[in-house]
Amino acid sequence: MELYLLLLFMILAAIVAVEINDLLSSVIAVGAVGLGLCLTFLILKAPDLAITQLVVEILSLIILIRATIKKDLPLVRDGRWLFNTLSTLLFIGFFLIFAWFALKELPEFGRPIMRISKEYIEKGLQKTGATNLVSAIILDFRGYDTLGEATVLFTAVMGVLAVIRMIGRINGK
Amino acid sequence: MSIYILCLVLFCIGLYCVLRKRNIIKIIIGLGIVEYAVNLFFVLIGYQRYGRAPILAKEQKILNMVDPLPQALVLTAIVIGLAVTVFMVAIAIRLYEKYGTFDITKIKRLKG
Repeated sequence: MELYLLLLFMILAAIVAVEINDLLSSVIAVGAVGLGLCLTFLILKAPDLAITQLVVEILSLIILIRATIKKDLPLVRDGRWLFNTLSTLLFIGFFLIFAWFALKELPEFGRPIMRISKEYIEKGLQKTGATNLVSAIILDFRGYDTLGEATVLFTAVMGVLAVIRMIGRINGK
Repeated sequence: MSIYILCLVLFCIGLYCVLRKRNIIKIIIGLGIVEYAVNLFFVLIGYQRYGRAPILAKEQKILNMVDPLPQALVLTAIVIGLAVTVFMVAIAIRLYEKYGTFDITKIKRLKG
C-alpha cells in the first residue's frame, strides 16, 4: 500500500518538475522524485540501492543547481506548438503499444522468475564468502560488468574534464 | 500489475519532457526521470512478496528472499546514470557560455 502512495508522490513530483517554469524549482522537484525513489528501494528490500541512490541523488542535485543558478530564462511559446505536441503524443503512443505487448509477458508482481538467482542465493556464500549477495554478484559473479562500469565512469570523467576545461590555454600566451 | 502501470506513467512523463520541452536543463531532467523509472521497474520485477533483503545471516534459513540479480544490475546503472548526467550538464554549461541561452531552437550555429 505504501508503495502505491510513494509512486503517486513520485508521479506528482515528476509532473511538477516537468511543468513548472522556474528552472531551480524544477531541479528541486526532481530531487523529490529521486528521494522518493530512495524510499521505494528501501520498501522493496534493496538497502544497498537505497544508500547509493541517496548519495547519487544529492550529488546530481548539487551539480544541476550549479548549472541552473542565476541562469533562468522565460520559456516562450511560439508557432508549431500543435505540431510539436502531436508528434510527441504520437511517439508516446508508439511506446505505449509496445509496452502493452511487453506487460502481457511479465510475471505477476511479487512472484519473480528466479531461474538464475536461485543458484546465486543457494551457493553464493560458499562460492564467494560474502554474506551480502548483491555485493557477491557485482564483485564476483559479474566482476567484468563492474570493470565495464569503471571504464564508463573513467570515460565520463575524462569527457567532463575535456568539455569544461578553459580552451586556448596553450595558444593564449 | 497496476504498480507496473504506475511505473510506466512515470516513464511516459519523462519521455514527454524529453520530446516536448525546449530547454536543455528540462531535457536533462526528463532523462533523469526516465532513468528513475527504468531502475524502479527492474527492482519491481525482482520483488518477492513478503520477502527479505538478500543478506545472509547466521541461523536463518534461506527462503523467500528477493531477487538479488536486478539489484546488482541497477546498482551499476545508477552510478552510470550519475556520470551521464554530469557529462550532459557540462555540455549544457559550455553551450550556455557560447550561445547565452538554454533554448535549443536558438542554438542554430550547430547546423553548419
